[in-house]
Amino acid sequence: MSKQVPVAEGVFTWPSDEPRLIASRCTDCDNHMFPVQTDCPRCSGSTTEQVELSRTGTLWTWTIQGYPPKAPPYAGNVDPATFEPFGVGYVDIDGKVRVESRLTVADVDKLKIGMELEMVLDPLYTNDDGDEVVTFAFAPISSSTSGGNS
Amino acid sequence: MSPNSDDVAIIGIGMHEFGRHDGVEGIDQGVTAVRRALADCGLNWDQVEFAFGGSKDAGAADTMVSKLGLTGLQFINVANGCATGGSALFSAYNSIKSGMFDIGMAVGFDKHERGAFRIDLASHGLEEWYGESGLALTTQFFGMKLNRYMHDYDISQPTLAKVAEKAFRNGSINPMAWRRRAMSEAEISESAMLSHPLTQYMFCSPGEGGVALILCRADKAKQYCDNPIYLDAAVVRSRKFGSFEVMAPHLSPERTDGPTVDASLAAFEMAGIGPEDIDVAQLQDTEVGAEIMHMAENGFCEHGEQEHMIAMGDTEIGGRLPVNTDGGCLANGEPVGASGLRQVYENVLQLRGDAGPRQVANDPKVAYTHVYGAPGISGVTILSR
Repeated sequence: MSKQVPVAEGVFTWPSDEPRLIASRCTDCDNHMFPVQTDCPRCSGSTTEQVELSRTGTLWTWTIQGYPPKAPPYAGNVDPATFEPFGVGYVDIDGKVRVESRLTVADVDKLKIGMELEMVLDPLYTNDDGDEVVTFAFAPISSSTSGGNS
Repeated sequence: MSPNSDDVAIIGIGMHEFGRHDGVEGIDQGVTAVRRALADCGLNWDQVEFAFGGSKDAGAADTMVSKLGLTGLQFINVANGCATGGSALFSAYNSIKSGMFDIGMAVGFDKHERGAFRIDLASHGLEEWYGESGLALTTQFFGMKLNRYMHDYDISQPTLAKVAEKAFRNGSINPMAWRRRAMSEAEISESAMLSHPLTQYMFCSPGEGGVALILCRADKAKQYCDNPIYLDAAVVRSRKFGSFEVMAPHLSPERTDGPTVDASLAAFEMAGIGPEDIDVAQLQDTEVGAEIMHMAENGFCEHGEQEHMIAMGDTEIGGRLPVNTDGGCLANGEPVGASGLRQVYENVLQLRGDAGPRQVANDPKVAYTHVYGAPGISGVTILSR
């Protein structure tokens, strides 16, 4: 039976009903980094610990990927006939780090700097085992269901 | 005032036409540029004592000696991304300034596949999932940096098209340029939206071409040419913590100026002048927003003033501060190894008064170049006559 598998191990917690991005925190200066890295470019330290980021954030800037990226490296659909533009943005998470991410929205009228977003999983492709390979993305939080910072 | 022995002059310049040249290897475009630079100053290849050169995708520069002549010179390959040409020039400058050599060369050339740059993730220290997820595109960075900048400083969408319109108009009177067809603002604005807010004709394309510069101890320069151009500053800087650069899976909420600001300040200090002394400038215009943002990052205006300056025509060939008089990357394309040296080539022409129909009218005495590239590197030069 087909199942979802992550695009890579160690990018977000998995398996999980509410996956979170896995980051590093410098134990010397509190700098947060994503993905995980062992050294801190802020203070030149080399002691970091893994932390899980909040699942919500705010949009700091964005664009829309309007043409199929080259494959490789891109693993999603690059067929010009069926390619669908996708949003890309930097999402500020708790004022600690801004993570570059796909956005589930690719509409200039629906993307606003400062809008609230939450992390979701975004299907990229189906692998040879029939499993759905997913990466992370951020989606708008509708005002009625916004849970704030979790 | 006679030049000092540790000053550095550019005595010869050569360029292979930028564009697409099917059947012509990148390195041969570099060789052509070298031969043209030697002819420009009447030197023979065996008078060149050292060289720094590089390309990103067209092989090792030092192999060109098998065509130019096996003279035994010191030839060092440079690989520094989009600042490869600038780094070659910086290295050549210091080799003469140190007193080690009298005459040397900086050369850059390239030949890229069509379409946006395909990023080699591992060589950038990035993980495969980043590219697999559709994030590793330089075009996205440019769109996102510009979108935030327009939000912060009230730059309007029509201003973006004006910058590209100027570039193609300048390119149309540059016989070495790739794109020599002038385009209207409407045609530019209505072309395919590649990475909001940037359309197809607001981006430059990876291309082909070569540039070579012959450098000489300034006090000997007039032995070889009548019109030496002096290299008053050559600076390369990398990014500091907190700057917003291309190929960054994350940013810090702490904001710092990028490497362009640092390189620019250092270059002005080295030359002992300020932005108000610059008569003509070539600024990295990978896309139109880059030119707009780099005007401020290089000290030529405050953030946000570009909207008015561009509306007033200040950056036109006939304007107060002509910018990208040869059409820039937008009209010339970006052969990475050669691109920074193209800017210097254009400034030498402008300072000599040899730029033909695109000659700036202000009798230029001081000229400025700025190149920017992955993973957050800037190179600046200041030239004078």
